Amino acid sequence: MPDETKMRVIGVPRRRVDARAKVTGQTRFADDIVLPRMAYCKLLRSPHPHARILKVDTSRAAAHPGVYLVLTGKDVPIEYGILPVSQDEQALCVDHVRHVGDPVAAVVAREELTAFEALDLIDVEYELLTTISDPEEALATPAPRIHEYGEEGNIHKRVSLEFGDVEQGFAEADEVFEDTFFYQGNTHLAIEQHASVAIKDPDGKLTIWSSTQTPHYLHRALAKVLQMPPGHIRVIATPNGGGFGGKSDPFNHEIVVSKAALLLDRPVKICLTREEVFYCHRGRHPVLMKFKTGVKRDGTITGMHLQTLIDGGAYGSYGVASTFYTGALQTTTYKIPRYRFNGCRTFTNKPPCGPKRGHGTVQPRFGQEVQLDKIAEKLNIDPADLRLHIAESSNALTANFFRLSVVNLSECIRRVVKSSDWKDKFRKMPEGRGVGLACSAYLTGAGLPIYWNKMPHSGVHIKFDRGGGVAVFCGATEIGQGSDDVLAGIVAEVLGLDTFDIRLYTGDTDLGPVDLGSYSSRVTIMAGNAALQAAERGKAIIAEAAAEKLGIPAERLRFADKRVFDSLAPEIGITFAEAVCLAEAKFGTMGTMGSYAPPKSPALYKGGGVGPSPTYSYTAAVVELNVNPATGWINVQKIWIAHDIGRALNPTLVRGQVEGSVYMGLGEALMEEQEFRRLPKKLSHALVHKFPSILEYKSPTSLDMPEVFTELIEEPDPRGPFGAKEVGQGPLLPIMPAVANAVYDAVGVRIDEVPITPEKILKALAEKKAGREPRFGPSHFPHVDWPEALRVPPPWEGGDGHAVNDSPRPGKRSPEKEKVRSS
Amino acid sequence: MITLPTESQKTAHIRLTLNGEETDVSFAPYKTLLEVLREDLGHTGTKHGCELGECGACAVLLEGKPVLSCLLLAIECDKKNVLTVEGLGADGQLHPLQDAFADLGAAQCGYCTPAILVTAKALLDQNPHPSRDEIRQALSGNLCRCTGYLQIFEAVEAAMAKIAGCEKAGA
Repeated sequence: MPDETKMRVIGVPRRRVDARAKVTGQTRFADDIVLPRMAYCKLLRSPHPHARILKVDTSRAAAHPGVYLVLTGKDVPIEYGILPVSQDEQALCVDHVRHVGDPVAAVVAREELTAFEALDLIDVEYELLTTISDPEEALATPAPRIHEYGEEGNIHKRVSLEFGDVEQGFAEADEVFEDTFFYQGNTHLAIEQHASVAIKDPDGKLTIWSSTQTPHYLHRALAKVLQMPPGHIRVIATPNGGGFGGKSDPFNHEIVVSKAALLLDRPVKICLTREEVFYCHRGRHPVLMKFKTGVKRDGTITGMHLQTLIDGGAYGSYGVASTFYTGALQTTTYKIPRYRFNGCRTFTNKPPCGPKRGHGTVQPRFGQEVQLDKIAEKLNIDPADLRLHIAESSNALTANFFRLSVVNLSECIRRVVKSSDWKDKFRKMPEGRGVGLACSAYLTGAGLPIYWNKMPHSGVHIKFDRGGGVAVFCGATEIGQGSDDVLAGIVAEVLGLDTFDIRLYTGDTDLGPVDLGSYSSRVTIMAGNAALQAAERGKAIIAEAAAEKLGIPAERLRFADKRVFDSLAPEIGITFAEAVCLAEAKFGTMGTMGSYAPPKSPALYKGGGVGPSPTYSYTAAVVELNVNPATGWINVQKIWIAHDIGRALNPTLVRGQVEGSVYMGLGEALMEEQEFRRLPKKLSHALVHKFPSILEYKSPTSLDMPEVFTELIEEPDPRGPFGAKEVGQGPLLPIMPAVANAVYDAVGVRIDEVPITPEKILKALAEKKAGREPRFGPSHFPHVDWPEALRVPPPWEGGDGHAVNDSPRPGKRSPEKEKVRSS
Repeated sequence: MITLPTESQKTAHIRLTLNGEETDVSFAPYKTLLEVLREDLGHTGTKHGCELGECGACAVLLEGKPVLSCLLLAIECDKKNVLTVEGLGADGQLHPLQDAFADLGAAQCGYCTPAILVTAKALLDQNPHPSRDEIRQALSGNLCRCTGYLQIFEAVEAAMAKIAGCEKAGA
C-alpha cells in the first residue's frame, strides 16, 4: 500500500469520473437507446391477483396492423429466478397468474402505441382462485397453493437456528423484554423506469442493453430460458437511473424483448410505465417480528429470541436470502451470547418482494433498536451508554459465527452523542421535541455468491497502451453509487494518474470479467480489491522496465503525476507513457488481471451462507424532531450520523451515500408504504396496489429534508481496498428506529410500526390520554410451526461452526442438488 | 379500424427555438413535448419517470420558465423558446451549475439531474441570490432518490456564487 500521506486521489474529495456525462444529459440510460428498425414491446398483465389461465387467444392482436409479433407463455416457458432454490418465474405466465400485474402476453409492434392498443385485442380466459393477501392468511390457507414448491401450503421458507441455550439465557436475565413490531413494505422508486433494448447481432448472437444492477445474473437467466450458450449472449448494463435493489432480479420484460429480437431479427425495446414498475416491485418485505431479549441490570444481553413473519409476495425473488437476513445481523452489532432465530416467508398474491437497500436487515434493525430504547428506559440507563456497554468490538466472532474485522461502533456512538449534545437533550427537552438514537451494522459484500461456485466474485482487466492510456474492464455496474469512480480512483492512485486519464468499460458481460453485480454493498471491496490487484501487478511490471532504464532499484520508484521517478531524486524519471512502452518492449503486450473472492467464513452450518461478509460497516445516528400533539405531524429538525467506513475513497461520494441513505430512511420512517386494497366486489374484488403512482406513493421532497451532520470514522480495514468499507446501505438502517425513539422522547408514545404516520401518533396519544399503554403497533405474533432448530453451539461454548443436530453434510453442494431443491 | 399506426401520422408541425436553434419538427399530434424532444428531435437528455407530472424528471424551460414536458402537448410549443440540458453549456464549456453539480456530488445516478439543472437555472435567472429555503422551494417538484438533496442545494449555492463573481468581475 502506498504511503498514505502522499496519496493524490484516494481520500481527496473529487469530481466523479462520470460526472460530466451526467450533468450534460449524455449518460446513455437504457431508454435513451434508439436503433434503426427498432420495434416496441408492451406486456399484457393480469388484472387478477390469483387465477388459472384457461385460454389465451392472440389472433385478433396478431392481425392488428403494425403488430409484428405476439408472444405468450408457451414461447418462453422455462422457469428462472435469481436464486437457484427458487426458479419460480416464467417470463410470461403459462397457466397461473399470481398477482395483479403478472405478465401473460407480449405484443411487439412498429409503434409503442400500436403495441399498447393491441393488448386490448388479446382475449384471456381466467378461472379465479382464492386470493391470499397477507402472511396470516397464507398460514391459514394452505390451498390453493400459489406455488407448487416451498415448505408446504403457502409457506415458502421456514428457518430455525439456535446458537446456545437461549432459555438458559433468559433464566440468567434480570429482566426479559418481549416486543412485537411491524415494518410495512415499501418500494425503491428509482426515478428511471426499467427499460431494455435487445438485438440479434449481425452474427446471430444476442445483445441486450438493460437497466439492471446484475448483468451477470441476467446473463445466466437468459442463457437458461432462451436455451442459448452463454457465449452467444451479451448483456450490457446501462447506467441505472437509480437501483436501490429494484433492478437486481432478472426480469420478465428482459427475457421477452430478447426472445422477440431473436424471432424478429430486429431491435426490440420496452420501457415500463411507472405503474408497471410498482408491480415489478422486489421491494422491502413487510415483516412482523417479535423480539424476546433477556438482560442483566447493567444492560448486558443474556439471550435473544427473534421471530420474523415475512410477506414475500408472489415469487421467490431473493426471498430465501431475505428470510435469513432478517435474522443474520443482530449479533454483528451487539454482544449476544445466546441467540435463537425463527423466520418464515409466505407467498401472497402481491407483487414479489425482494432486496431493497439494507436487504432484510432493515426491519429487524428497527425492532431491535426500538426495543433497546425500551430496555434502556426500564433499566434507567442512557440508551447511548447502554449501547456502548454492549457494542461489538474488532475481530470478534459472533454467536452465529460471523467474523468481524475492524469495528468502530463505539466511536460512532461517541461521535454522535457529542455532536448532537445528546446528554443535554435526551429526556430534557420540552414536550413535543425529542431526540432518538439508534445504531446499525451492515455487510461489506455478501460472503457467498448467489449460485455456489469457487470462482472470484469480481475480476478486473487493465490494458495499458503505448500512449500511456489505461483502460479498465470490469463487470461492475454503475447504478449511481459511483462504482466507476471507485475503479478509476484505485487504479489512478496506484499508477500515479488522474482518474480522468482512465477509460472504463464496465457492466458489459462481453468486455469485462465477471463482477457479480451492484448488490450487498459489495462493489467497493470486491471490484475495488480486484482493481487494486490488477493495478499493482501492472505497476510492478512497468516498474521493472523503468528501473532497468533508469538504473535504480524498482522499490525506489514512485508513480505520481503521470511520471515514474526516483523517490529519492524526483527529477530523475520518465513519463508514465514512456514507462509503459519500455514495459511493452521488454515483456510484450501490456495487460494485467486482478480478482477477488471473500475469505472463507467460519459459519459452516446450513444457512450460515447468508450474513458472512469480509467486513462490516457501522453507523450511529441521532435524530432530533418535533411532534405536534394536535396533528401528530412530525417535523425532523436535524440528524447527526457517524459512519465507520474504514476509508473514504472519494469523500464527496461517500457523503452523498450517507445523506442519500438518511433521506431514503426518512422516507421509510415517515411516509413510504407499499399498500394494497381490495377493489369493490362489483369491480372484481382484486387485490390491487393502493398507490401505484409517484404522486400518491409519498416520498420526501427537497422541502422535507432536514440538516444532516455527517462524520466519517476512518480506521482503514485491512480487508478493504485502501481500507475502505461500504457506505451505500448501512447509514439507512439507524434512521427509522432513531425517528421512533425520538417520537417517544418528544411525546411519550411508542410507535412500534413503520411508517410512523401522524394518524398512528394520534391514536397512540389517545391511548395515553385514556390511561392505556401509550403505543401503536401490532399486538400479537401468530403461531408458526417452526421446524426443530439447527443447534449451533457458539464459539464460547466450544462450537466449531457446525450444527450438532444436522444431517451429515455433503462434501460440497453440487449443482444437481440445487436443481432438486429448486424443482 | 386503424389502417396506419397513429404514431406514423406525423401531421402536426411546429417551429420552435430549441436551445437557441430554429427547429422544425413534424410529429403525431397527440405527442407531448417530452416525446417530441426525445423521439422526434433526438434530445434524450430530458428524462421521464412517470409521464404523469409527478416526478419532475422531464422539466425543461419554456420561455425561461420550468414546465413539465410530459404534461405539455408539443403543438402548444409552436414559436416558443425551449431550453433543455443540451443547451445549458456554451462554447464547449459547462454552465457553472453543471460544473458545481459535477464537483460537489449533486449528480449520483444522474437521471433527475437534467431537469434539476434547468429548474435551478430558471431560479437563478429570476433570482440571482436565492436563500436555501428559496432553493428548496424551487426544486420541490423535482424528485431525487439518490442524494438526499443537500449536495444539490450546495451546488446551486456554489454556482450562484460563481455566477455572481463572474458578473462582478465582468462589470
